Amino acid sequence: MPPSGDDPSGRLPLSADPTAVLSSLALQAGGALGGPVEQEHLFQARQLQALSLGWHIVIVCFGVAFPVIVLVAEGLWLRTRDPLYRELARRWSRAMLVLFAVGVVSGTILSFELGMLWPEFMATFGEVFGFAFALEGFAFFVEAIFVVIYVYGWDRLSPRLHFLTGLPIPVAGVAGSLFVISVNGWMNHPVGFDLVDGRVTNVRPLEALFNTHVWHEVVHMQLAAYLVAGFAVAGVYAWAWLRGRRDRYHAVGFAIPFTIAALVAPVQLMVGDWAARSVAENQPTKLAAIEGLAETTDGAPLTLFGWYRDGEVVGGLKIPRALSILAHHDPSARVQGLDAVPPDERPPVNVVRVAFQVMVAIGTGLALLAAIYLLAWWRRRGPPSSPWFYRAAVLAGPASIVALEAGWITTEVGRQPWIVYELMRVDQAVTGASGVPVGYGVVAGVYALLTLATVAVLIRMARLPREGAG
Amino acid sequence: MTLADLCAILIVLGLTAYAVLAGADFGAGFWELGAGRGPTGRRARALIESAMGPVWEANHVWLIFVLVVFWTCFPVAFGSVASTLAVPLFLAAVGIIFRGSTFAFRGAGGPRARPLLGALFVASSLLTPFFLGAAVGAVAAGRVPVGNAAGDPIGSWWNPTGALVGALAVLTGVYLAAVYLAADARRAGATDLAEAFRRRALIAGAVTGALAMGGLLVLRDDSRHLYDGLTGDGLPLVVLSAVAGVATMTLLWRRAYGPARAAAAAAVAAVIWGWAWSQRPDLLPGELTIGDAAAGRPTLVAVLVGALVGGAIVAASLAFLFRLVLSGRLDKELPPRADAGSPVP
Ligand code: HDD
Ligand code: HEM
Ligand code: HEM
Repeated sequence: MPPSGDDPSGRLPLSADPTAVLSSLALQAGGALGGPVEQEHLFQARQLQALSLGWHIVIVCFGVAFPVIVLVAEGLWLRTRDPLYRELARRWSRAMLVLFAVGVVSGTILSFELGMLWPEFMATFGEVFGFAFALEGFAFFVEAIFVVIYVYGWDRLSPRLHFLTGLPIPVAGVAGSLFVISVNGWMNHPVGFDLVDGRVTNVRPLEALFNTHVWHEVVHMQLAAYLVAGFAVAGVYAWAWLRGRRDRYHAVGFAIPFTIAALVAPVQLMVGDWAARSVAENQPTKLAAIEGLAETTDGAPLTLFGWYRDGEVVGGLKIPRALSILAHHDPSARVQGLDAVPPDERPPVNVVRVAFQVMVAIGTGLALLAAIYLLAWWRRRGPPSSPWFYRAAVLAGPASIVALEAGWITTEVGRQPWIVYELMRVDQAVTGASGVPVGYGVVAGVYALLTLATVAVLIRMARLPREGAG
Repeated sequence: MTLADLCAILIVLGLTAYAVLAGADFGAGFWELGAGRGPTGRRARALIESAMGPVWEANHVWLIFVLVVFWTCFPVAFGSVASTLAVPLFLAAVGIIFRGSTFAFRGAGGPRARPLLGALFVASSLLTPFFLGAAVGAVAAGRVPVGNAAGDPIGSWWNPTGALVGALAVLTGVYLAAVYLAADARRAGATDLAEAFRRRALIAGAVTGALAMGGLLVLRDDSRHLYDGLTGDGLPLVVLSAVAGVATMTLLWRRAYGPARAAAAAAVAAVIWGWAWSQRPDLLPGELTIGDAAAGRPTLVAVLVGALVGGAIVAASLAFLFRLVLSGRLDKELPPRADAGSPVP
């Protein structure tokens, strides 16, 4: 059930006077801290938030999926007692711990930023979506505790106990991503409370936690994490293959993560389709931006490529009725266009559109690569042997990361100008503090350093000599 | 006792755990600096690494816990605090990034990178608790008004009270770290290091105690309200803290490191509870009471139930971790002693 503020009839007519517009918008969700403030650096605040989130999410993929890859290798060792599996698992687990630490610190800065940059958002709606974050805190505890026991426990715990101490990590990872993404789903589809005179009341925490937008996001994100981590780890061994290191150690190091990612890639296409249909239902304006659909249309076409300008996509490839079919499974269904909302409530179309198409293109490419690999196993019981396959496999990791970022840009920029969809605009939520550009500059510098250092450390770890096991 | 009070207690509990656990991890950074070069220094650094490695991430999560419960249960207060105190919180966040990543990279980074990583680790270990403490000081002194960045962005925390609480946060960490490390060194069989950290703990304890006492005078001039609270309602707990502090020193003197660990933690915890108790019922003194700041009842109930269930899982997990750690099963081996003659440079 949507909150009462979601009711379009409650929106006040746009007026030419900007202060009147602002005060009418403030009525939608009266800020608990006293309403909007001056902030000339809203854009930098958004960029700062996006940079920190976009950085964190890449690392997090490894936090979610790497433990599973490691546990598969260790499980193979427990079954076969082939020391090679154990050696891989041990090696990977050290990289996992480094990435986990970086994930923890980059996540912490996010929790500061949510308050520092968007105090009105937190103050007004914190009690609605905060429950998810509180649960997430417990998931992190469990994850942090068992990651460390697992990585420090090699040789110190019995093999079985060691394997068992690894199992809570992915469970906590799934729970953690459910809770944190629940917040994002809620921002996109705010439910679980009533707005009375602009005040939040009658909060229903479970309804907010399990909002309708969270499910496709969680599943899509989990799978994305497996794509990113699987292809990235496998890419290291694909690179080694191209450099002539084709022994069994490198072959197995390639096969485990790549197989996992290859099994996920085709599924991701279907989940992406589910995501698109949820967006069509919950956020028609975002869908209109994704597709560059200016006017509400019956039997809307799908336009590939091209650039949106002055109400139409120029240079695109039109497929008649395809959008209506994709979004509503009905060739003549009505699809809402951008014209359904006033111009200042539309997201920047080209950013959203390009990001979406990049994601879909990469997703399709990854699924093809996966199909080639799985077909080769099915027909020859072995991986493909063409260098082109391995070159593509090296690229698959970075490409997955690009798709991941593109997907989040679709989701987040597509929600603009709302921080809470149709209830609070980003300019109502932003901090009144000065110095945002300074913070942005510092964080950009720190993250540039951190990126370099992380990559350098991982490369160094990858180059460490093997421990001599066969 | 209302639901809001229970949530406030949850936050103070989290803050206490963060101070006595993660505080010591920050303090260990200071002892890195003091470890010096040569084989003994290397041994001391290895001890610190072995002691911190398995626990610092879990200890750090207490801060996250405090933040999320704060913003869920007291959203308006959180928005006001985070926006007014953006400067110290931002600096603390940057410090957290440097501290955590340099520690994680150290083991894996090359020998050439080590000195730089070490220096950044030490600097961020000292600056982070200072800024976090200064932010707490600003809240305690009632310098955070309700509103979006409504308080003074600098003056609210950069003042005698803020500086005092910041310095105390750093020093208590340094002190706790020395006490804990003495116990860890004995467990690792390194009596030379245990002796060294015992001596350092005694000195750090004396300095911290002196600053805490002298600090009361600072508060009397700068934050009369806070001073009255600590010497009024909070007095029993402040006295308890002093008693625990003296007990720690006695236990250290007698080389009873295990009990000293507990007494030192109790001394720090008692100060925090003394402050919290004396400030009740205010959340932002002079601005907002706990009751007025609280989120709606369903949210509070959800958080408390979640904390009960999640807390049980986390408590069991933490017990498992600390049992492994305190039994020495996750310890790393220390590099050999150079000679038995001079344990400390
Ligand atoms: C490796 C990553 C990856 C790949 C290959 C794909 N996606 Fe994706 N996509 C994401 C990673 C991602 C994500 C994890 O970045 C997002 C951002 C928010 C979310 O829930 O998932 C996302 C969001 C997202 C959204 C917006 C959801 C929302 O706003 O709620 C849609 C409509 C799609 N995706 C559709 C697709 C389609 C049709 C794909 C098929 C080709 C596809 N995605 C492949
Ligand atoms: C899963 C939980 C997430 C939450 C709770 C969240 C929350 C937020 C918030 C509060 C903002 C600022 C307000 C706004 O601009 O609307 C924002 C903006 C943004 N976020 Fe997210 N975010 C999440 C995930 C991500 C991820 C993983 C990325 C990765 C790239 C991302 C990318 C962005 C971008 C690009 C913006 C800026 C949009 C703009 O200003 O045009 N978000 N997000
Ligand atoms: C409350 C502040 C936050 C903290 C302290 C935090 C910290 C962490 C930590 C420690 C992890 C596990 C690290 C890993 O698995 O490598 C993690 C995972 C994750 N974070 Fe963050 N994060 C925070 C907020 C956010 C936000 C706002 C987003 C939105 C983009 C986000 C997205 C995720 C996701 C999707 C995961 C994966 C799920 C999981 O591993 O549990 N986090 N975060």
